[in-house]
Formats: sequence, structure tokens, C-alpha cells
Amino acid sequence: MNNPIKDEDWILRFDKVTKRFPGVLALDNVSFDVLRGEVHALVGENGAGKSTLIKIVTGVYQKTSGAVFFQGQSIHYQNPHEALRSGIAAIYQELNLIPALTVAENIFMGHHIRNQRGFIDWKKMKEEAQKLIDFLEVDVDIDAKVGTLGVAKKQVVEIAKALSLNAQILIMDEPTAALAKKEIETLFRIIQFLKSKGVTIIYISHHLDEIFAISDRVTVLRDGKHVATSNTATLTIDDLIKMMVGRKLVEQFPHLDHKVEDEVLRVENLNRKGVLHNINFSLKKGQIVGIAGMVGSGRTELLRAIYGLDPLDGGKIFVKGNKVTIQSPHDAINLGIALLPEERKTQGLVLLLSVTDNIGLPSLTKISNRGFIDDTKLNHITSEMVQMMNIKTPFFHQKTMFLSGGNQQKVVLGKWFARECDIYLFDEPTRGIDVGAKIEIYHLMNKLIERGAAILMVSSELPEILGMSDHILVMKEGKITGTLTRQNANQEEVLKLAIGGGRLNGRSD
Amino acid sequence: MDALTEDKNQGLVERFFIFWDRIGILLVFIVVCVVFGILNPVFFNPLNIINVIRQVSIIGVMAVGMTLVILLGLIDLSVGSIVAFAGIIAAGFQVKWGGNFFLSLIIPLLVAAGIGYFNGYVSTKGGIHPFIVTLGSMSIFRGATLLIAQGKPISGMSPAFRFIGAGMIGPIPFPVILFLGCVIVFGIILKRTVFGRYIYAIGGNQEAALLSGIMVDRVKILTYTILGTLSGLSALILTSRLNSGELVAGQGYELDVIASVVIGGTSMMGGEGGVYGTLIGALLIGVISNGLNLLGVQPYWQMMVKGTIIILAVLMDRMKRRFRTV
Repeated sequence: MNNPIKDEDWILRFDKVTKRFPGVLALDNVSFDVLRGEVHALVGENGAGKSTLIKIVTGVYQKTSGAVFFQGQSIHYQNPHEALRSGIAAIYQELNLIPALTVAENIFMGHHIRNQRGFIDWKKMKEEAQKLIDFLEVDVDIDAKVGTLGVAKKQVVEIAKALSLNAQILIMDEPTAALAKKEIETLFRIIQFLKSKGVTIIYISHHLDEIFAISDRVTVLRDGKHVATSNTATLTIDDLIKMMVGRKLVEQFPHLDHKVEDEVLRVENLNRKGVLHNINFSLKKGQIVGIAGMVGSGRTELLRAIYGLDPLDGGKIFVKGNKVTIQSPHDAINLGIALLPEERKTQGLVLLLSVTDNIGLPSLTKISNRGFIDDTKLNHITSEMVQMMNIKTPFFHQKTMFLSGGNQQKVVLGKWFARECDIYLFDEPTRGIDVGAKIEIYHLMNKLIERGAAILMVSSELPEILGMSDHILVMKEGKITGTLTRQNANQEEVLKLAIGGGRLNGRSD
Repeated sequence: MDALTEDKNQGLVERFFIFWDRIGILLVFIVVCVVFGILNPVFFNPLNIINVIRQVSIIGVMAVGMTLVILLGLIDLSVGSIVAFAGIIAAGFQVKWGGNFFLSLIIPLLVAAGIGYFNGYVSTKGGIHPFIVTLGSMSIFRGATLLIAQGKPISGMSPAFRFIGAGMIGPIPFPVILFLGCVIVFGIILKRTVFGRYIYAIGGNQEAALLSGIMVDRVKILTYTILGTLSGLSALILTSRLNSGELVAGQGYELDVIASVVIGGTSMMGGEGGVYGTLIGALLIGVISNGLNLLGVQPYWQMMVKGTIIILAVLMDRMKRRFRTV
């Protein structure tokens, strides 16, 4: 980056962009430029702020402070539609297409071509759609229903849709997540082609090898802060990982060494087609085992399979030495297994119900007599949990929808604490929670361990995995690519196993 | 910033909706009663009041069961047909098939429960939207009613059977006691039993309920079975009062039943509401019909008024939810 960048070279400029959510600083004074006609990669760990940044550009979120300039003008779109109209299109992992409609209609969805009388001009629309598809040099039938297409072709339709609106900037969020190798090559060809036509691409990916294959420059975000923007060619994968991870592993993890006792959970050759491949591990009483890996690596799916939410295609599960069949969460709970799900609002809590009702929910059968709930016991449990978890609520009958994120998560914890299980499956236990509440939750996890439980914890936050786990399983593409002990684990090692392209020496055992 | 002033306004609006949530419908009910009472003093005559409650009790018993189904976020359109089918079976056992009093009570209730079970089982295990399943049942059992009756109503019940719909205990009609009994029993079930809390949990967030170990399908099937049974009870009351198993019995009842529940403040999205609201909802519908009758208003108007109130009630529910999402 020796040659200075002239002002007219940039197309998109972030100037001290800050985004604050209640309790979380998602973006902290982020400033960098995206140059016209480049492929600009955006990398960072989960939660680094990439998605937030993109959502600010496309008008999904509004920034708290700072400015974003597009072609020299300050922009503040209120919704993605406005951004699209101005020439900024985003293609998300979940594609925004209507399966029952044709390719041509999807391309022109929202801006159908009409004739003078206001009716849709199908002929013209099909012609234009065909032109766009031809332009991209791909083989997609414009009359096919989008639902019949594979992910790769759907992506092409999304790209064509963006081009039909003359997109200047095309943002791609993990575009290769669901693509086969061959399809990735086609995608890269399209990206190169668009670049040659002057379209600017912002490319988000966890796959660092892709970043090196396709991008001109790369921006690294970490904990909502801008770390660096450099020419990709001047970097190595190790440089990038170091920048993503940073160097600060604060002593905020109150890990305790406990006496590890008998095995409580063992999983043998667990398989679920296309999702989990030959998963083997064991969990002992007094242990916290962390599962690291990128989003989509099968971590959540593993927990769901153990909990009886998704059917298995093969493999055995042993609880305290006995082979068990778990077909529903009901079965799992009866065996002493609890799952604290990833999304507390949509999965963990009934937001319309009170703190008491939520805490009591899994335990109701235990504290009832002939179907009638023992209210004294229920209130007793609630007050015990509210105290232990330090849940801040004006009264027990407050609906949980009115609590803060951290307090909601503590209610979820409380409900499973009260149920007294042996095996706790935690999925992203501290996502979206401020640091103070996080530490409280770690202490509560320790309390569970002291009580004789074992914990299996999925987390996207590496420091948390490293800080709290006795053992770490690293997953990638549905396989366990490595098992690390607390002593020999570090962030680079875990990231390599989790991302581990062919050129990284992913060590697996 | 303007966020602050916005907050203040929101607070006011929010407070209004919290207030509305608690006693809004009760307030409307009282106002409507007072207005009718002023326009025609006969309205407050004890006989008239008892008459109104007796009239709504057939719909009301079903509405109690429908409250549970709607609390789950589900629906049942077949209740009117269940009333006809169970009613014709009751009449059959009274008049044609031996005249055994107990069989004429038990068999219709069991059949009605079975239809409810069928609705619940097919919609949960078959993964079909209950709207469709119960639309099907609605047609099936209307047809079955005509088939059994061979196109003719079955009339002439025994005095003991007549008591169910026409009897009095002291000054109070027996159907009213059945209706209020259902309200109280299911009010307690919803509030105090595990089953009741599961209904709210599933209606509020099915996934969270499932993850908490609740056997969601089982609760849904049981709830449909309860609604079926209560529809059977309504069938007994109706057949007894008409002294006849009628072919068109219960036609259009689903509308009044669902309206009572919704007007009573139970959310069509599930998770919020209860049978006490439904009690008021059913009474409000009854009072409006009765009051307009007393004033000599054409029945056509009554239908329009009822429809308008339903829409307003749901609108209030939507607004309440909109202002609550932070």
C-alpha cells in the first residue's frame, strides 16, 4: 500500500462508524475505504461485527454515529430496498428468492417491466432476464421455477437480480457456504467477470483460502473494531489469523480444575446424513468440554442430535454406561440431559410467560400432585433461582419479554438449574450478552460442575472455549477435526483445525 | 434526541393497552349493558338476564374448549358439525335405539371426543394445518348426520333427557350451571395444572416448549379431544332443549364460538388469554342480540354488528402486540 489512494478511487467509505445495541458495542469507530472495482474481503471471528457493518450499509440497521459515504455522498438508507435502488445489493446466506416463481420473475421481482397500460410485459421481461443470464455466461433456464434449482444457480439468479438494478456494489455474505468445489469455481469466475465490468464486490467468508484466491484487499474486524485493511497479496494466512484473534486473552474466565470422575456421556460413530460424520467423544462428570468450529460446521446439529431433536442415521449414545435411544427432548430430559439453545428468544424462553412460568416449565411434573402444580414449591424454586442467578426482575410474574438479554439468559439457565440434570448441553451460552453478565454465567457453569454435572459447550467465541473448557473438540464440515486439551490449545491451533484448508496442517487425532 | 419523546408517547399508548388487556372488554360489556338498560328497562329484568345467559350457554360451553385450542395457536371449524352429529346420536338413542338414558348421554360424548381426537391426531401427526383438517371434519360429520337421520329430524325425548336443556335448579337454568361450571373448571385447569401451563407455553413458543421436554403433540391432541367432548355436551343441551335431533343443528356455530373467544381477548396467535375473557365474550354476543331484539332491530343488523365487533377485537389484539415489540 505504498501508492497513496486518491480520493476518487473509493466507492464506499466508512468514517468512524459506531453501532451500539443495548449492552453491546457491535461496531466501534470503524473507518476504512472500499475501492471502485475491487474485490474487498471482510474477515473476523463470529461476532466481530462484519454482519452488523453490512446491515448498516444496506439499511437493515441504522448506525449510532459516524458516516458512510457511497460515491461521495453520505448515505443512510432506511431499508434494503432503498440501498438496492441506489446500487448496493447484498446476497445473504439465506437467499431471498420466491421458490414458486420463475427465474425471470424472481430477477425482476419488485421492479417488473410493464407496458404502457400498466400490465406486466412478460415478453420484454423474459428477454431482459435472458440477456442478464447470457451476460453471466451461465446455464440457467429463465422459465424454470427457482425452487427446482440448486443453491449455486439460485445464487446466480440473485446476482442477476442485483445486476438488473445496476448494482455498483455487490455484497456477498458467505456465498460458498453451501457450494460444491466446482460451483465455487464458477462463482469465482463470475466475480472476476463482474470485477472486470467495474462492479465492486465485498466478500465475506470464514474460508481464508478463498479470501486469498479471490480478493484484492482485505479488512479485518475484531470485537467491533477495525484492525487493518491491507493488500491481500502482502499477507499470509498466519498473519490474517493473528489479526483476527488478537493478543488479549483477558483473565475473565474463572476456570476451576475439578476432579474428573466417571463418564456420563459417550457418543460412538454418530452419523446424520450430510450433517454429522462419525462423531466420537466422551464427557465425564466434572468436565467442561468445548466444541469449537465455524458456523455451519455441525456443532449445533451435534447437540440437537444428542437431544433427540433431529433423527440419527447411525451411531450409539451411552448415558452413564447404558446405551440409550433418545427420540425427543422429553426422552433426553428424563435421562438427565438438558439443552440450553442458541436462540434464547425463539428457543429458550416463552417470552409471553413470566419468570416463574419459564423457570418452572421443565420441572412442573416434578412439583405437581395429580397434575396440580404446587405453587409454594414453584415460588420457592423461582426465588431460589432468581437469587442464585442474580436475575434482575421487578417481580417474579414479570413477563420475560421485558427483561434484558443477560437476564433472559439467566432465566434460561435458571430453568435448567432447577431441573437438576447431569449433562448440560450449552449452545452459545453468552451470545449477545455484555461482559459482566458473561462472567456471571461462567461462575454459574462452575456451580453446575460443583454440583456434579458435566457440560458440553458450543461457542463461537474462542476465548470462551479456551478459557472455560477442560477439553476442546474442533469441528469442521460435520467432522471432529481435532481434540485438544486445555494445556495444548491455543487460538491459532483451534482456528487452523476449524478453517483448515488443504494448505494448513490441520492435525487431527 | 427524539427517541426520548417517542419513549414517553409509547409509554402512554402502552399503558392504555395494558389497561385494555386487563379490563377493556369487561368495560365494553358494562357500557353496552347500561346503554341497552337505559333504552329499554326490560333488559335488566332478572328473567331477561337469565334468559340471555341460557341462550349463550350452548355456544359458551364450546367456547371454553375453543379457548384452549386457540391458546395453542390452533383452530377448530368442525364444532358445529360435531354438535349436529352428537345431537342426532343422542336423539337416536333416546327415540330409536332402545331409549336408554345413560347411553344417550355417554355415547354422544364419546363420539364427540373421538372426533376431537381425530382432528388433533391427524393435524399433529399428519402435519396438516388444523384449519384444513377441521374443515374436512366439518363436512364429514354434517354429512354423517344427514346419513344417520336419513334426512328427517328425530324428535320426542324423555323427561329426564329434557332436563339437561330445559331444567331449572332453583331459579337457574341447568345449562347455565353447566356453562359456568365449565368456565370455573377450565379456569382452574388453565391456571393451576401442569396441562394448563403447557398450553400457554406451547401457544407462546412451541419450540421452547418442545425443548423444555413438553410432549407438544400429546397436549394438542388432548386439547382437541376436550373441545370435542365439550361440543358433545353442547349437543346434549341443544338436542334436549329443541326436544329434537335436528339436521341443521349447530350450523354456523363455529363462527359464534370463535368470536366469543376472540372478543374475550384470547389471541389467535396463541399464548395469551383465558376462559374468563371468553365468558365475557360469549355474554357480550348474547347481550347484543338480546338488546337489539328488545329494541326491535332487524336480525340482519345484529349479524353486521357482531362481525364488526369481531374485527375490532382482533384489531385491538394486533395493536397491543405491535406496541409491545420493543
